[in-house]
Amino acid sequence: MQDTILLDAVERYIRGEMPPEEKALFEHLRNTNPEVDQLVVEHSLFLDKFTQYGVTHRFKDQLVAIHNQFVQEGGITDQRPAIVVTLWKKYKRTVFVAASIAGITALVISGLVSVLSPKVKPSQLEYLSGQIAAQGYKLNKLDTKVNSAETPAPSFSRGGTGFLIDGKGYLITAAHIFKNATQVEVQNTLGEYRARIIQVDHQADLALLKIEDTTYHAFSSLPYGISKTGADLGEDVFTLGYPRPEIVYGKGYMSANTGYQGDTTNFQLTIAANPGNSGTPVLNNDGEVVGMVSSTQQNAQGMVFAVRSKNIFQALDAMRADSTLQTTDSTISHLKIPTTSFMKGMERKTQLKRLEDYIFIVKSN
Amino acid sequence: MRTETNDQKLLEGLAQNDRKAIETIYRQHYNMVQSLILSNSGYPDDARDIFQEAMIVLYEKVRSGSFELNSQLKTYLYSVCRRLWLKRLNQMQRKASPEVENLEETVPVEEELEAHERRNKDFLLMERSMNSLGEPCKSLLEAYYLEKRSMVEIAGDFGYTNADNAKNQKYKCLMRLKKIFNQLK
Repeated sequence: MQDTILLDAVERYIRGEMPPEEKALFEHLRNTNPEVDQLVVEHSLFLDKFTQYGVTHRFKDQLVAIHNQFVQEGGITDQRPAIVVTLWKKYKRTVFVAASIAGITALVISGLVSVLSPKVKPSQLEYLSGQIAAQGYKLNKLDTKVNSAETPAPSFSRGGTGFLIDGKGYLITAAHIFKNATQVEVQNTLGEYRARIIQVDHQADLALLKIEDTTYHAFSSLPYGISKTGADLGEDVFTLGYPRPEIVYGKGYMSANTGYQGDTTNFQLTIAANPGNSGTPVLNNDGEVVGMVSSTQQNAQGMVFAVRSKNIFQALDAMRADSTLQTTDSTISHLKIPTTSFMKGMERKTQLKRLEDYIFIVKSN
Repeated sequence: MRTETNDQKLLEGLAQNDRKAIETIYRQHYNMVQSLILSNSGYPDDARDIFQEAMIVLYEKVRSGSFELNSQLKTYLYSVCRRLWLKRLNQMQRKASPEVENLEETVPVEEELEAHERRNKDFLLMERSMNSLGEPCKSLLEAYYLEKRSMVEIAGDFGYTNADNAKNQKYKCLMRLKKIFNQLK
């Protein structure tokens, strides 16, 4: 307490905000008390460094934005002209020979293909597209077969996204990712961790996981909160998830109050979503989680269904009340769901940077 | 003469953080630096890193009030990038091809780079300290000291009951940051 009062005085003194009498008193204190004098000098130096950090940080962000814009406009080409030119000079002859061989081969093959391939009847093509249309109202779960070439552990075949609801390592994700799964692994920007399925609620399409890995460092707090009210029709929302091994940002809006076939536990979003987005958090501009991506409607571009955040609370309450869980996981009764977001009024890119570490790829067998 | 006055204007814009000026400098000189890096065993990502670091060196220079380059902006940026890249190559123990050693006119920039190195060290330390500080401290300090928002506004956004409480919390956070910073140092 004493420290903060002194620090406050020092800061007001440095900024020249002290009224004359107080300033005279403070200067007297400085003169007679070397420790205070030292604190003034050291604190103003530290504040300088901190402000400098802020200025450089902002400038760096600006440079990154300009660079990306420049790349998008095609102002920067990722070629290595000098090397390409020397290589070209060196291998010109070989290239010509190779190119003509390739050209001839291509012509021969395409000729053979067109002669040998069976003629497709137009009616067949129509039939195929008709079949897809008939399935139009089937739900297409947004989980994905993880490409075995991309993951070193071939035992994980299904994947989605998940996000922390408690820094101790509790994650929420979509239940349909797990069908008779015995092994779960999660991965964020910081590392890969083993996790355990605490509870699966297929009705709500929600699953609670817990990271149980010694290499995992618990977060003391989360930058976002889970909204108790949810989103309103037309409200802008965004997602950050893993449809690819790379984290992907999506932007859209809430387009209907109910989900598939009038499901009131869900709502509809108009946003880009792909396999792997299951379990992705849906956030509003203030950085509050308003829902979790669950499924999409086949044949309807950008029509995505999400579980309401209110249902996350309900499902978790039910899980907490379940006495059988207490025996397998003793900390579950202390599970605390954050409701305040620390990202209000921040620029989107800053919000995304904050979020990154708390969102995980979820893999199961 | 024209380039000189143009350069001068751009530098003044840069000092004031004018996006247009930064963009113009970027557009005018990026490709020159990229071809320097690419033809000297570098990749496009290296070019981006080196050019952006050179921009920070330039930014620090003009912000400290010195617009005297003693050369064209182009030559200055080229010289800074060349030195930075040579240093990077040395660190990576990739061999510098002879071109880096003797290409185009350069001006001495050692002094600036030394100053930059010191600042950069502080920057990285501060970045690490901030990252290990955790929430809400990180956002709180950023909102007050960097975004210069008022304590009343911050108290409202973060959900503190009043500005005094938020202020108290802010000082506690600052003391923690200082402690982490000094430990890392």
